[in-house]
Amino acid sequence: MLLLQVDTALIIEKVILISVILMGSLGIAMYATWGERKVAAVMQDRLGPDRAGPFGLLQPLADGLKLFFKEEIIPDRSTRFIFILGPCLAMLTALMTSAVVPWGPDYTTATGHVVSFQVADINIGMLFVFGVVSLGVYGVMLGGWASNNKFSLLSSIRAASQAISYELALGISLIALLMLTGTLSLREIVAQQHGFWNDGYFSWNFFKQPVGFIIFLTCAFAELNRAPFDLPECESELNMGYHQEYSSMKLGFYLFAEYINMFVSSAIIVTLFFGGYNFPFMDKVAAGAGPMLFTIICILVLLTKVVCMILFFMFIRWTVPRFRYDQLMKLGWRSLIPLALINMLVTGVLILWVFKK
Amino acid sequence: MQKLTNRAVQIDRSPMTLSERSYLSSIAKGLGITLGHIFKKKATTSYPEEKRPFSPVFRGLHILNRDENGAERCTACGLCALACPAEAITMEAAERKPGEEKLYREEKYAAKYEINMLRCIFCGYCEEACPKDAIYLTETVMPSNYTRESFIYKKDDLLIPNPKKQDSK
Repeated sequence: MLLLQVDTALIIEKVILISVILMGSLGIAMYATWGERKVAAVMQDRLGPDRAGPFGLLQPLADGLKLFFKEEIIPDRSTRFIFILGPCLAMLTALMTSAVVPWGPDYTTATGHVVSFQVADINIGMLFVFGVVSLGVYGVMLGGWASNNKFSLLSSIRAASQAISYELALGISLIALLMLTGTLSLREIVAQQHGFWNDGYFSWNFFKQPVGFIIFLTCAFAELNRAPFDLPECESELNMGYHQEYSSMKLGFYLFAEYINMFVSSAIIVTLFFGGYNFPFMDKVAAGAGPMLFTIICILVLLTKVVCMILFFMFIRWTVPRFRYDQLMKLGWRSLIPLALINMLVTGVLILWVFKK
Repeated sequence: MQKLTNRAVQIDRSPMTLSERSYLSSIAKGLGITLGHIFKKKATTSYPEEKRPFSPVFRGLHILNRDENGAERCTACGLCALACPAEAITMEAAERKPGEEKLYREEKYAAKYEINMLRCIFCGYCEEACPKDAIYLTETVMPSNYTRESFIYKKDDLLIPNPKKQDSK
């Protein structure tokens, strides 16, 4: 009879890892808000926040404190339970995706114990990410619905249809990638992109699937509700969008969830297309440095890539003007989905007939 | 038809090509522009620590001047109040008593001198009108306040400190 072997050390290890990742993503999201304001300032020849602490580094704390102290208003005719559930769901789904990202290579201690820097190595990692991303729409949808406000409802309907439309192209663009890798496990996808150069070609998936990457990136922007696709939050035509009735920290949760989403999706993009924690000449570094140092370098490399990706998201936001809703739908249904389908077919043909895997 | 200027440009209204419709090249161009702004000079300054120099003709808060011996120059002639388009200046004259020669330069002086800074438009006509070089506009920006009364600047607020008295201290 097979009993579930519960390893106490494993549980402690995972709890520590989960708390570190949670705190880390919250911290990075916090400073992403600061970074966004600084990036916006640089783009517009301004100084940006510089009052709170050196270089305004305490600004996110001040913002958070302010949101906590604001009056909490729950509209009279709202559906109270769902109204509170909305921001919770947005936050929950934002944080859940980070569970399957491999943050570093396995580290073997002197006693032969293997420490994994991935919370859960599930063999359907990508599918899990898709599931959670689809759930993310519920946070927006429920919040907009429960507010009992026409503008919120319209905005959340827009958000939902936008997310569903772009999820199609997102999924199809990834099928092409998954045909190459042959696995859904993020851990294996990263392991396949080992180093930078392998068998006479770049090992990172970005160089194997450039079209897929562009489609994935565009859809990621749409899924994140970020500019140029920030239609759910529209000051001009729908007042504030789906979180119009929200105040205090519940509003903060919605805004914060966007930044956590940005961090986690940057991590996913880096994992899928830019080799995760892999970097050029990593074998030589691994031979030179100790295993402990090597693991730390790998984690830092991954974080650097993620930060670069976040900065790219911000640069795009302050560069590209926003799409109109019909343009958004046209781009999604008439350009990205056919392009993703063609990309998928071409990849399949190449794999079957040219490379004969 | 004759052209007014040579700056007219023929607009290209031909339909967009495939590469133009993919937006990618124009997005890259836009990113180049925004990235270029990293190295540009900032248009804003961190204000209280770092102040921009005023232009040489800047007109700020008024002062009432003294002569080289520390006596008040103003003789309450009322020309500044007459010149003032906003009617911000009021004053009351008084006669100098014996023994006050150190305080007031001439026989008549301003016992009361008030400028309502909420009325003042900082045109500088009072400075131009003054025959005794008594009133000047400085480079100080008027500070904000909570009450209307505090914007009526009395003679004590306007008069510069006596240089002779400061020396004796």
